Amino acid sequence: MKTVFAGAENIISSLGFNTDENIRNILNGNTGIAIDSNGIYSPLPLPLSKVDYSQLESLFKDVIPTNEQRQFTRLEKMFILSITDALKQSKLNISSADTLIIITTTKGNIDLLDPVLQESFGKQRVYLHEMAKVVTAYFNNPNPAMIVSNACISGILGIVYGERLIRSGKFRNVLVSGGDLMSEFIVSGFQSFQSLSEKACRPFDKSRDGLTIGEGCGTIIMSSDPALFIETPIKVMGGAGSNDANHISGPSRTGEGLFLAIEQAMKLSGIVPDMIDTISAHGTATDYNDEMEARAFSRAGLENIPVNSYKGYIGHTLGAAGVIETAISLQSMRKNTLFRSAGYEQHGVSKNINVIRKNKEKEITTCLKTGSGFGGSNAAVVFQKI
Amino acid sequence: MSLVIKKYCSIVTDRINVDGRTVFTPDNQDGFKKFARAAYRHFQTDYPKFFKMDSLSKLGFLSVEVLLKGENVLSKHSIEKTGLILTNASSSLEIDEKHWDTIRDRGQYFPSPSNFVYTLPNIMAGEAAIRHEFRGENTVLISKAFNAELIFNTADLAFKTGALECCICGWVEQYGNKYESLLFLVERSEHENEEGKSEEDVIFEPSILLKIYKRERAWKN
Repeated sequence: MKTVFAGAENIISSLGFNTDENIRNILNGNTGIAIDSNGIYSPLPLPLSKVDYSQLESLFKDVIPTNEQRQFTRLEKMFILSITDALKQSKLNISSADTLIIITTTKGNIDLLDPVLQESFGKQRVYLHEMAKVVTAYFNNPNPAMIVSNACISGILGIVYGERLIRSGKFRNVLVSGGDLMSEFIVSGFQSFQSLSEKACRPFDKSRDGLTIGEGCGTIIMSSDPALFIETPIKVMGGAGSNDANHISGPSRTGEGLFLAIEQAMKLSGIVPDMIDTISAHGTATDYNDEMEARAFSRAGLENIPVNSYKGYIGHTLGAAGVIETAISLQSMRKNTLFRSAGYEQHGVSKNINVIRKNKEKEITTCLKTGSGFGGSNAAVVFQKI
Repeated sequence: MSLVIKKYCSIVTDRINVDGRTVFTPDNQDGFKKFARAAYRHFQTDYPKFFKMDSLSKLGFLSVEVLLKGENVLSKHSIEKTGLILTNASSSLEIDEKHWDTIRDRGQYFPSPSNFVYTLPNIMAGEAAIRHEFRGENTVLISKAFNAELIFNTADLAFKTGALECCICGWVEQYGNKYESLLFLVERSEHENEEGKSEEDVIFEPSILLKIYKRERAWKN
């Protein structure tokens, strides 16, 4: 069995277009969530975490010359930019046959349901496999992308599958890129569920009242070859998924499903709770989700472990969340710094979990990343320094 | 360790087969909605939540239901290690378009949570997990066409890592009245001889998955 290394992470979010920009903003306590009142995504003003589109376009022009014939959708541009930046931080040959691209997304080019946009790109591009093909073709990768579309745990599952494919020797390298777009489609749906907050979301806080939608793209490169990475990589130890088998749109009250995923991930990674230095939680800031997570962490013996949610900075980036938030966690490990859980002031869950109140230096060797989503799905994965 | 196909179930436009034998064809061919209702009744299913589901979840639900009829999976495997790996091409596009229709015009803006919740393809896995109490790993992967390698690799690795002991995996594709599914119930072989080979079993491997898929669709062409 091979060891699996990860690194070369990129983050595109409301806080910037690369990892450095995002981490600098997080360390400075800046949030990318702002009231959006342009009416495109919602009839009423609403806090959202949006990517800077004019900067996106200008950065994309640097990558692809304007005389280029091909047309790319907004999300495809994010994928291409994110992957291009990750590749610069490694010696990966993206077009080699022993490299697989995994795309994780919930809705892909969902904006193309709009007839106006459909005219420019054609209806086919709304299919996730068509979008993925545009990305793999751009990078001349010969393998069909593996596409994970499993609600809000898509990103974590992408990392877990990549880890298994490398460990078993099926592929030497896997590049996981997760992306999802801000859209009226998503915003209106969550509004109909009445699960959006009127202010920037506040995970685990007593006054939390819902989530904030975000958008973005994250990329992580994984390989059995540690020499591939320019910066020292971090080991992916193992991970697993589970299902609550309880409700399609509400989390389990007991946290049973997430507990099972965490237990399984720790077992597959060969670690015990005391070895975990920090947890990057899902922390959507809905009443039920955060309570469910607190119960699962408590039951898994993780009550004292410093835990945070990054959604107070960048909102809920859906199918990208697992990859983007893992990328932030890898940075937290590299910098040996616990990042404050933005929006958290007064403890608001029934278990006494240790939510990070301010940035703090700490030797971080092992990190647990968890996620949960619609369909009753949960996933967890463990990272450890070499 | 060799993995075997304990049973398989296909739905190819109005015909339901189990292990290659037809178990249901409706009297009339009237599109997916009527087919789904007729199949639900035929198998004497008692699960009123079925009628709230979108078409994709209905197809997934019926496929799993017929596959597991007479199988007591949970008596042999723990619920934590029984999982689902489903693949399709269209994701949840049909219900996506339905949700889009409720928001395209601000004058008639009425998004509904009962549509929106189904705008994720993995809801079909969630529905099947609730029905059968499977708590193991579940996922939905998208591929342009039935992809035997993808289904095999994902399931095989879930067994090899120890994440699963029993897996329902395959293809559940639906958009409008174009629909088909092929699901396999996969377990470890109970009849392994010393060389790890089994004589009685249908081995779970990509070439066999593809062969079955082609055979199940053949009558349509």
